[in-house]
Formats: sequence, structure tokens, C-alpha cells
Amino acid sequence: MSTQLITADTLRFTTAGSVDDGKSTLIGRLLYDTKSILEDQLSSIEKTTTRRGGKFDNGVDLSLFTDGLAAEREQGITIDVAYRYFTTIKRRFIIADTPGHEQYTRNMVTGASTADLSIILVDASKGLQTQSRRHAVIASLLGIPHVVLAVNKMDLVDYSEDVFESIRAEFVAFCKQLHFAELDFIPLSALEGDMIVERGDKLGWYRGKTLLALLETSSATERTERVKGEFRFPVQLVGRTKMGRDGGYRGYLGRIESGHITVGDSVKVLPSGIEARVQDIVLLNDSLRTAAAPQSVTLVLDRQIDISRGDMIVHVGKEPRVTNQITANLSWLSAQPLATNRQYLIKHTTQSVRAIFEGIDYRLNVNTLEREAGVTTFKLNDIGRVRLKTLRPLMVDSYDVTRETGSFILIDEVTNETVAGGMILGEAANG
Amino acid sequence: MSAVLKDGGKYEPAYRPTVLNDVVASDHLDWLESEAIHIMREVVAETKNPALLFSGGKDSIVMLRLAEKAFRPDGFPFPLLHIDTEHNFAEVIAFRNLRAAELGERLIVRSVQDSINAGRVVLRRADESRNVHQTVTLLDAIKEFEFDALFGGARRDEEKARAKERILSHRDEFGQWDPKNQRPELWDLYNARVHKGEHIRAFPISNWTELDVWQYIARENLQVPGIYFAHERLVVERNGLLAPITEITPPRAGEKPVTRTVRFRTVGDITCTCPVLSTAADISAILTETAVSRITERGATRMDDQTSDASMELRKKEGYF
Repeated sequence: MSTQLITADTLRFTTAGSVDDGKSTLIGRLLYDTKSILEDQLSSIEKTTTRRGGKFDNGVDLSLFTDGLAAEREQGITIDVAYRYFTTIKRRFIIADTPGHEQYTRNMVTGASTADLSIILVDASKGLQTQSRRHAVIASLLGIPHVVLAVNKMDLVDYSEDVFESIRAEFVAFCKQLHFAELDFIPLSALEGDMIVERGDKLGWYRGKTLLALLETSSATERTERVKGEFRFPVQLVGRTKMGRDGGYRGYLGRIESGHITVGDSVKVLPSGIEARVQDIVLLNDSLRTAAAPQSVTLVLDRQIDISRGDMIVHVGKEPRVTNQITANLSWLSAQPLATNRQYLIKHTTQSVRAIFEGIDYRLNVNTLEREAGVTTFKLNDIGRVRLKTLRPLMVDSYDVTRETGSFILIDEVTNETVAGGMILGEAANG
Repeated sequence: MSAVLKDGGKYEPAYRPTVLNDVVASDHLDWLESEAIHIMREVVAETKNPALLFSGGKDSIVMLRLAEKAFRPDGFPFPLLHIDTEHNFAEVIAFRNLRAAELGERLIVRSVQDSINAGRVVLRRADESRNVHQTVTLLDAIKEFEFDALFGGARRDEEKARAKERILSHRDEFGQWDPKNQRPELWDLYNARVHKGEHIRAFPISNWTELDVWQYIARENLQVPGIYFAHERLVVERNGLLAPITEITPPRAGEKPVTRTVRFRTVGDITCTCPVLSTAADISAILTETAVSRITERGATRMDDQTSDASMELRKKEGYF
């Protein structure tokens, strides 16, 4: 007997849509048909289906699998992002299942921030909704390379190719103003199980892949692969024990956020600008010759330098922008509106510094993509472009080049709440 | 793109993709490991007084290995903490003590029995499970040592309340979790800030599955307590589970104990942790068994989750692990 254990790559994707679009059923179907729902979970769902008088084939309401907390059932809503895991022979998957009620933007931004791919769900019988456009805009702003528009409930429109084509045409037109490396469209019925894992026999006119096949073959993970960028090593902590060749140097603990590093490389420490060479790359008992993103390691340099948390080690000549003025797309996540006359704490890589607002350029109307000028505050779910000034310089790249050094959060120091997420724009936006 | 497990053989990954045609090997365990190390270091950097929950179970054994990778050659920048119901398997407790001593790290043990003696925990029946009462002892320990962060080995794949929990989960001054009011957690930018008296629960292996944990134990060649492997044990069948018969958990009226070959998939309080039928005698066999199992880890083993749909959610809200 031998068993295959998967060590393949992991695709992280979000599912965006409301309960009405059949999102819960879609995820339930995906998990059920890939045999990712285990027996005790299934029997628990069966019991609940019966208790609530629900019906489904095999006596199971698949939407109940993603049914979350008691607190949610009481209110009939999904509260928060839920993470789910499944594996096929080709790939491992992490789903960030984001709800579609009034806090949708906040939740979708949270889910999208770590995603390679986003499934936007549309009800075929209702067509594109405001919400579908909003999801597309957020996916674009968050830099998700691959978007799949899943046109669900095809069974309600007699599996009509015309209905599918008109939704597709409308979405393509809308997306002209957005940026996706890949955009796919699938007609499906989560309820009947058509085109999720199995093709079914009702959608013969559709020649493309099933949803699972798309997920298994998406090249989005290559686009979000961090090893290809410039070397960025934000220092998390400084070791106490002296190490290195003569036992005379400190180790710098951190994670390679992008790029790679080899022993002997010339590096520069920012913001001080002092240069050194890499003497050792340590991971517990191993000395590595080379390490790459996203590895967590300890770096030892060949000279004594005063380095602390928040500093960044980079390759000489391949440096990020060192600046205390940034322009960014900001997504406001708090019920407490933005007060531009207040200071907020900005957390960027391993630095936390105070920041003040220099101005709001505009708020983006996510339904029309119109830029609304003259705005003085952001409320919950608002997105727009802002200018910030920080107390100490940050080492930044633009978000579309390197997510890890191009993203930040804002924290309200009074409540300790995370109030916003930001995506730093390139220097051109500073003009 | 897979690793092959041969009968009786050691687990060897058959596929390790390389990048930049160099020695940079990476598979999903490396990714999970790196993420966990990053989280541990962030929490240590951003809190004043963290501790790491260590029970001697497999998830916390993995956590200790990750802490070694994150902080050696330094000592751990936190003590280990165990909340002991004193209804734990003697073998696991012995393993706990041995492992802490091997690592040379400080182990703090706080006992539910002490909480009972002090009148902080009141049992309705002398023989009831102490599992739920750990919350009192845990929160008392947090207060005693003024911990502002606790590392736990909980995983999101375990249970639906866990599936919705952040990697850094904020607890108020009563130790409570408010699932409706969680901090948004974007990218890998963690917000560990708390007011005095509050604390953070940090779950560095949130994204791991049961299979990942065993694969990592195999790869790192980590020791685990013997009760994870197949052994003969006196059990009774109760509510579809196998309940272990011990001094603390004698058979109930009318129950007939039988000897079965079993192993534990999860290790916790004796009164609510059940073994499963298994002949898996080594890590390789456990990997095979885990890969093909059709029952979830908690579903096969935990009496405490059978009370209701929302058992874990309710316990968590009150400050449970």
C-alpha cells in the first residue's frame, strides 16, 4: 500500500457574493464534490437540514456546511471572513469566504489582501449587480491577478447561452477600466452541481473549464510569487547571542518579503545607508548559502552595525524609495470615520510610526468608477486616494510591484482598532 | 508533485520545487513554517510579556519546534505555560516535563485542582469533566503573570468557530472573544496592540491542517508521546466514540470494558478525549491514516464538542484556548 501525500503549491482564493447569489451552496458544492466534507461533518449537516425542514438532494443542504457561528444564525447573516482548506491531487487551496452584507468591503479587502484569485458570483436570473462591480473594483485595487466571474443559477434561466453572454459582455465592458492579468467566465449551477467539479449535461455549449479545473490550473500563484522581486528584508528583531564567523556579530531576524539573498552579497541597511556583506544565513542548525522569499531566516553581516526593528536590509543599488511622504489608495475599515486632523499609527513592514493626513485626493465611487473630489472624510467601506506624511521615513515600493513593501495598515492609538488598509502608489502618483 | 509513503518506510518528500535553479527549495511545509516563524517574531516584538501554551500534545510540540527556528540560538523570549486539569494522561505530562527540560526553557504549570481548592472553580459533580473549567485557571494565570499575549496551537481546520478567528485574536479584560467585532487582518500586518488588562491570543499555525502537522513532525523528526501510536487499551463504546477506561474515568453502570488496539488523534483531558481504532504504530502509518481519514480530528475524538453545534464558539467567547 502506498499513499500519495500532496506537497503541491497552494492557491489562495476569495469568494465574493451574497447568500442570495448562492455563494454558500457553491462552496458547499465545491467541497462536497471534491470529497472534502468528512462523514461527521456531513451527518451534522444532515441533522441540521432535517431540523430546519430544509431539502436538498441526498437530504443535505450544502449551504449549511459554511453555516458559521450561532451568533450568525441568530441574525441570518455571515459575520466575518471564514477560512477553509481543501486539497486535490493537483493543488492545495485556502478559501477566504467573505460575506456580502453591509460590511462587505471591509471583509472583502481582508480576504483579498492575501488572495491569488477571486471568484465573483453573479445570479444569472438577476444579472450584474452593483455589488458585483464593487467586488471587481476591490479585486483590482488589491492587485488580485486572476478574477473568475461565476454566473450561477443557470438552472433558473434554462441554461441559456444568451443570458450568460450578455452578463459576460456587460462585465467585460466594466472591467476595461480595471486591471486583471486574467479574467475568466463560467456558467454554472451550484445547486445542480453543473460545471463546478463535474461538467453536467446541461451546458454543452460551454467549451471552457469547470470551476475546479480553473482553480487547479490558474497561473495566478506565479504572478504573486514573491521570489522574483528585489530583495527586501525588514528586520523584525535583533538576536542577543553573538554569532557569525568570529562569534562577534548579531543576527538579524526577519522574513525575506521579496527576492533572494546569497552569502557574500553586498547589502545596504536602510534608512542609515550603511553597507556590508552577508556573512551567514541561519535557520536553526542550518547555514544556508541562499535564501528566498518568503523564507524566515536570521541574517549575519560581516561588520558591526547598529540595526534595530523597522530597519530594512536590501541589495546595494536595488533600493526601495526612502520617503516620509506617500500617496496611497486607502480602504477605510472602521465605523468611526476618518478624522484628517488626527494622527494615526501606520504599520508598514516592521515599522510603526505616526502619520498625518496631508489631504484626500478623491473618493472612488466603486459603482461608477467616478473620482469624487472635495471629500473631507472617509466612512466605513469608502475607498479613495490620500496623501500621508510620516514622522520617520518608510522604505516603500509601489504596491503593484511588491505587495509586502507596498501595503500598510492604519491603527487608531486610542482604540487600538485597525481602521484602514493602504496600497502605496508609485512616484508618478505624487506629481 | 507528490510525496510517496512506502510501507514501513520513512516519509520522504519526492517533490521539492526549486526556484532560481539554485538551492532554494520550497514546499508547502516551508511556507507554513516561515509564516509561523514570522508571526511568532512579530508578536514577541510587539508585546511586552507573552507566553506559549504547551500541553505536550502534537500541535504544541510543533509550536516548540517553530519557536526554536524563530529564536535560537537565543533562549525563548517567553515561558511555556500549561493549564493542567490533573486529569491528563501521565505519559503526556511526563513528556511535557521532559521536553521543557531538554529545551532548557521555563515551564509554568497552573492547576485546575488548585482553582477547585481555592473555590475559584465549583464542580457540580465530583466526576464532571474539568475541560471547560480550564478557562478560569487560564485567565487567572494570565492575570497572575500579567501576560499580554498567549501563543496557542489552534488551527482553523479544526472547528468552525476557529475557522473565523484571526491569527491575532483580541481578548478583552475578561478574556472574552467577540466574534462580531474582530480586527480586520490585512496582508501579514498584525495588530498586537492591547490596553492594560487585555491580551492577544496568537495562532501561528492557523493555516495548518492535521496532515500538515504530522508531515512536519515527520520531516523534523520530532518526538511525540507514545499514546499517539497504536497500543492496546481498555475502552467502552459510548455515544459512538471509544471512551478510555482509567481510574479517573471508570466504566458507567452497565458498560462492559473491552481491550482494543487504538491510538489518540488528539490529546487532552482524559474525561473528554477519545482514542480511535488504529494499528498505526509509526509516523509513516499515521500519515497514511490521516491522509485517508473520512472523519475530522475533533469529530472522532472529542466529547466536549458533541454537546451542541456551538460548543466551541461558546467556550471560546468565555476565554477558552
